[in-house]
Amino acid sequence: MTPRTFLAAFVLLLAAIVVGTILWLRAPRFTSQATPRAAAAPAPVAPAPPGRKIKARLFYVAEDGTKLAGIERDIAYGEGATEQAREIVAAQIAPVVEPLVSAVPRGTALRAVFLTRGGEAYVDLSREVVAAHPGGTLNELLTVYTIVNALTVNLPAVTSVQLLVDGKEIDTLAGHVDLRQPLAKNLGWVQ
Amino acid sequence: MKFRAIPQPAAGILTLALLIALAASLSSQAPQAPSLTLLSKEGRRALPLTITGDQELVALDDLAGPFQVTVREDALGAITVTYKGKTIVLTPDQALASVSGRLVSLPAPPSRSGRRWLVPVEFISRALALIYDARLDLRKASNLLVVGDVRVPRVTVRLDPLGTAARLTIDATPRAGSTVTQDGDHLTIRFDADALDAPNPPLVLPPPQGIVQAVRLVDATTMAVDLGPRFAGFRTTSQPVDTTQRLVIDLVAQAPTETAAPAPAQTPAPPPPPAEPPLVFGQNASAIHTIAIDAGHGGDDEGVKSADGAKEKDFALAVARRTKAVIEARLGLRVLLTRDDDRNVPLDERTAIANNNKADLFVSLHANGSMRPTTSGASILCAAFDKEAAQAAAVGGAERLPTFGGGSRDIELVPWDLAQTRHLDRSERFAELVQQQFRDRVPLSSRAIDRAPLRVLESANMPAVLIELGYLTNAEQAKLLASDAFQTAAVQAIYEAIVRFRDAFAPGGTP
Repeated sequence: MTPRTFLAAFVLLLAAIVVGTILWLRAPRFTSQATPRAAAAPAPVAPAPPGRKIKARLFYVAEDGTKLAGIERDIAYGEGATEQAREIVAAQIAPVVEPLVSAVPRGTALRAVFLTRGGEAYVDLSREVVAAHPGGTLNELLTVYTIVNALTVNLPAVTSVQLLVDGKEIDTLAGHVDLRQPLAKNLGWVQ
Repeated sequence: MKFRAIPQPAAGILTLALLIALAASLSSQAPQAPSLTLLSKEGRRALPLTITGDQELVALDDLAGPFQVTVREDALGAITVTYKGKTIVLTPDQALASVSGRLVSLPAPPSRSGRRWLVPVEFISRALALIYDARLDLRKASNLLVVGDVRVPRVTVRLDPLGTAARLTIDATPRAGSTVTQDGDHLTIRFDADALDAPNPPLVLPPPQGIVQAVRLVDATTMAVDLGPRFAGFRTTSQPVDTTQRLVIDLVAQAPTETAAPAPAQTPAPPPPPAEPPLVFGQNASAIHTIAIDAGHGGDDEGVKSADGAKEKDFALAVARRTKAVIEARLGLRVLLTRDDDRNVPLDERTAIANNNKADLFVSLHANGSMRPTTSGASILCAAFDKEAAQAAAVGGAERLPTFGGGSRDIELVPWDLAQTRHLDRSERFAELVQQQFRDRVPLSSRAIDRAPLRVLESANMPAVLIELGYLTNAEQAKLLASDAFQTAAVQAIYEAIVRFRDAFAPGGTP
């Protein structure tokens, strides 16, 4: 490496550090508004990808199976509310290992997230969320409120969430919970 | 039919005694080992049943004695049932029977249990009845098999208010005449029949009552109506309705002033005794005439599946059918099933069946599922609406619409999806009653009563709940849910919750 090349690389690195610091100081904090609760048991999740992280509260099936347990996790930072919403849902539906249990069927993929000015989020999931759903009113409620609460708890700008499947509105995931309109945050399903 | 001959006078006494015993036992609905009661002129006997899934099976060996049939299995595995030279041939794994060369279908194929062959109980009515000398009348709802020309009408009793009076409607099917006489403090109804197919009591009443205090069976063919202090008189009419003979007894109540104790003209009449609210039962009885029972899922929507393959849709249908049978037999109410077979009924259609038939109560039956295999217990759910929806429904709106013959009237308009908002209080009250009745009978979840935005409840224009009876994803609970004892207990609890709900609320009014 010539001295000139070395100097150019050093300047670029310095610039990157300055820009990064400014962005960090100006960026909004995406953290839970509610009091964080400890997980039922510490458990590994899929490691967050390298890069900038924020704290977010994600939801998994609690020990007794009847509620969700909120767990604080580092997830990828997203530029802007929509991108951050996408990162939150992506982290929420990512496969987990025991003892964590996700209420979102394995294989479910995130297709898109849209936010409206009215505070509604539309989360478009792949068909596996229906096809692989094991059924049962409780299971379905926990699946739905896993995603609804993940967004409404971590993003104050989001007040309600509607689930879509393959880009279309759906009545229910498994025959019980009405998904024809956005659902508001419901911490009654959280421990 | 060949039952052993008995001397004539002894036979008469014996027959009477057996019929009385029959009436008593027919009407006691205590959970016992499942059996089919065989009733003939010669008396009564019980045929043991085996329950597999929602199928009731009877052993061919148990039919051999009472029906004088022989059962033989040949080398190729076919089972031949012979009666007076006529044959029925059954083949394992085939839900068919060849009856004197004619094929009839059965709901399930014969199955072996040890050295015995079990066949669906419908074998009696669909196959054996075709070759048997006497009439075989199988009544699955009351687990009764009537043999020969024994007149055993199915009797249902209903009590409705008529202003300050009340009306008893007693249906006997097939038609059976009756006479009504007043004997002191009760009415005696004697049916022209050999026995009655009715629970005892035929109508459950909450004490105390103003006009009617109780309805009970006296003997094999007689029913009594115990009269309350407000009873003043009665009038009867009887008319045929299809295959039913309908007896209507209009009960007249005393006017409140007539019940008052003699008093000086200047003093006001004393109020009625506080212990006896006037016509409480009569008013309440009118609040529920029709109940919609919704068996969750169906067809290609199987619902939750247990590890050993039991399906929520089958469980829900079995319990729904049992619930219908019990309510109809004991309360004489009209019960609609949103599905009575294995098919997928859209959620809106389920509610529409209830709404269009003006059902007074909607009960959706399900089994639950959890990602955690240890989660267990029943729960009762009511609909939940967000604040905006509830406010929109509360504001509602009446629209003035023209009527036939001129003029107009205000019609209250309620959005279909918000119909349940007007009934939430009573839905929750019914949920509490179910929870109370489940205690000590059906294991309850730690969240026994909950609210959720449940699609099938939101459009119900009547009190409505969704009952999750347990978890198929829990291996122990899956076994429990499949058991006859559990289903009997659950149905009994739901029935008693309905009785208490009926008695607790005034008619028609919307809270």
